[in-house]
Amino acid sequence: MMAEKRQIDARGSFCPGPLMELIAGMKAANVGDELEVLSSDKGSAADIPEWVKKVGHEMLSTSEENGIWHITVRKVK
Amino acid sequence: MKIVIVGGGMGGTILGNNLARRLHHELKTGKVRITMLSASEKHMYQPGLLYVAVGSMMPDELYRDQASLLEPGIGFHVDPVENFMLDKRQVKTKSGAVHDYDVLVIATGSRAIMQGIPGLAENAETFYTEESAVKMLKRLREFQGGRVVITVGVPHKCPMAPLEITFMLHDFFKERGIRDKVQLHYTYPIGRVHSLENVAKWAAPEFDRLGITYETLFNMKEVDGKNKVLKSEEGSSTKFDLLVAIPAHKGMEVIEKNGLGQNGWIPTNRTRLNMEGQENVFVLGDTTNIPISKAGSTAHFEAETLGENIAAMIKVGSAVRDYDGKVFCFIEAGKDRATYAMFNYTTPPDPKEPTRAVHWFKIAYNKLYWASARGLL
Repeated sequence: MMAEKRQIDARGSFCPGPLMELIAGMKAANVGDELEVLSSDKGSAADIPEWVKKVGHEMLSTSEENGIWHITVRKVK
Repeated sequence: MKIVIVGGGMGGTILGNNLARRLHHELKTGKVRITMLSASEKHMYQPGLLYVAVGSMMPDELYRDQASLLEPGIGFHVDPVENFMLDKRQVKTKSGAVHDYDVLVIATGSRAIMQGIPGLAENAETFYTEESAVKMLKRLREFQGGRVVITVGVPHKCPMAPLEITFMLHDFFKERGIRDKVQLHYTYPIGRVHSLENVAKWAAPEFDRLGITYETLFNMKEVDGKNKVLKSEEGSSTKFDLLVAIPAHKGMEVIEKNGLGQNGWIPTNRTRLNMEGQENVFVLGDTTNIPISKAGSTAHFEAETLGENIAAMIKVGSAVRDYDGKVFCFIEAGKDRATYAMFNYTTPPDPKEPTRAVHWFKIAYNKLYWASARGLL
């Protein structure tokens, strides 16, 4: 199966919030898929990598543009 | 103009009543027809299940006849939709009836999935159905002490439920006189005890004060029922004598079967509330994939916006306002106190110290809900 690239638009999400949206998205994704989270919460730049590292997925990139964080992660297990 | 509403939960009911009032004249003259298709003749007040689980509400308090909640003029059928034929602007129901529509609203809700985690259904209590809430109550009554673990899946309906059930369990065991024999341990998927930062800042010291331990960054992976151990995706594990789960939810099966959205969540425009790529199909409440709380109040505020917009589209040919992401959630804080969180896409919540007044308003709301569903509140 080809790995897919998906975008999770979590801008303006205070609850459940970008990390919860990513966790839900990860469950629905296949191993190898790339998920890009869009977040308007600067806290995502810290808490998403923290979770990704702890659970053992792969951080691909983090960038900020006009107040929106783009955080890309690969599902590895 | 044929408006078809699929689902008779909070969103569908408030929308139907809102439209019936706004389009009273058009309904009377036959210019507009509103049809509601639902899977049940009963309407359940779902937040009440939390109270059933701790014995402070009885299941029969949670139900009303759906027909009794609806404005005259709404054609209500207990005949769930099985096929969505969006290209033909039709839906087909279980009985085989085909309904044409000009405007379709999908508000079918969500369901808790205990089977998503190996061992969870067999070893955990939950409260997202009447049957499970009653079963949990009986188990809590029999429990004589030990380690109670509360665990949380993603996504889940009612974002305050994990905190509320924890505080309620503290009170429940205290009232039974066995709190000193019970260790309450709370787990949560992200790096704080609640997704809302301000709520987490308030709740964590409350847990400390009440002797409730917690572990964050904990996502259920599997339950070892033999050894009574819950394991996490993050590699940790915790022992339990009684496991209480807020399981991950999915949208309804019919949504996924019809290819409308992965896991039953329909891709939805966050301000217009139309299904992506479909100008005349709208989505309400839990059924959307919008990244906001799956809660009754979300469905309520979305339904009010959509009612105003659909009526305006019929009257003047244009929607009049955007949904701003408004959510309002009560937070039961234990010991007859409560607070609330209100927020939208741009403004985070700033919950105040819990008070008895808010708790009693929440208890009153458990009855006032029926006025809310009728569109009167």
